[in-house]
Amino acid sequence: MRLLFGTLIALTIAAGIGLGATWFAITQGTAYGGVTIGAWTAWPRVGTPGIDPYARAMVARSGELPVGSGDGVAFYARNDDDSRPLDGRCDTALEGITPQARYFTITLYDLEGKLVANAVARQGFTSQEVIRRADGTFEIAIGPRARPGNWLPTGGIERYMLVLRLYDTPIGLATRSGREAPMPMITQKACP
Amino acid sequence: MIRLLLWILGGTLLGGIVHLATVLILPTLATQDAYSRLAPIAPVNAVAPLPAPTAEAAAIPFLDPAFAMAVCRYDLTDGPIKLTVPVSPAYTSVSFYTRSEVAYYAINDRAAGRRVIELDLMTSEQRGDLPGDEEVTAADRLIVESPTLTGLILIKALAPEAGQLPAARRALASARCQLQPQP
Repeated sequence: MRLLFGTLIALTIAAGIGLGATWFAITQGTAYGGVTIGAWTAWPRVGTPGIDPYARAMVARSGELPVGSGDGVAFYARNDDDSRPLDGRCDTALEGITPQARYFTITLYDLEGKLVANAVARQGFTSQEVIRRADGTFEIAIGPRARPGNWLPTGGIERYMLVLRLYDTPIGLATRSGREAPMPMITQKACP
Repeated sequence: MIRLLLWILGGTLLGGIVHLATVLILPTLATQDAYSRLAPIAPVNAVAPLPAPTAEAAAIPFLDPAFAMAVCRYDLTDGPIKLTVPVSPAYTSVSFYTRSEVAYYAINDRAAGRRVIELDLMTSEQRGDLPGDEEVTAADRLIVESPTLTGLILIKALAPEAGQLPAARRALASARCQLQPQP
């Protein structure tokens, strides 16, 4: 009787801890080898055969195809520079320069990786579409209301994420710091 | 009491094993991974255009809307396949994925260095079976080895401005992915 009771407890704990840890790992994004620069994080190893088991599980669950390392690298931002989650109801400025690359694209997704519906059908900018200042820097206004210049609409959704993809770039596995890869700053201002 | 603590300790250790086992096995059990999602719209060993992702519908999540894309779902059982992708004006790339979405190779137009990205995809055994004299002429042939028999090839052409998307899509329309004729 005691043996049965003990086995039951042990198995329940095992199932709870094991499945719970797996669920947590693949939903919270705990892949190894992330490169974090400012608000942005990239996992260059995910685009190579050296991808770790956690990242493989996450890719299988989300159904995406990671950017291959011979193609480019993707940086993700879910928070602003002050580590506050990105809120689609706020006016947000994305400002600065990007690392060296032949082309880049900045795209706005919801947290599941779906594009966000909006009246002007704009989901992002390419490096050629962005209007720059004389010194080569640019500012993209992200928010629910229309703005002059580079306006990236959020559709007023509560949480969103930004993906900056660099194509044909020296940034990758060997990149460690923001000096090699200057990323644009993300600042949230007026929140209702 | 000690006995109960031992049971709890045992359960925790077993939990660790369960965790590692599920993480490792999950990619093989996933039914909503990219390959499964693309299988209905992508015939085997042929290039199929991917519909442009919109807010309402996307073939797979996290697609870059600035690109025209096409996919070739390959199966090397009957022999190697030959991939031909004409280069679009802006930026073109080809990425190879195994059946479980491991990106094992990717090349862009500049690395390919020609107007057309041309390469042969085969398994290591098929490469070993190549006749010796073909290896000599293989110098200007790009050969990619697939670690699995099946997988995905994602072909992308960038439209640097939204208006260039139709042109990028047209460039991809003449991409070919087919079984190599057996000698």
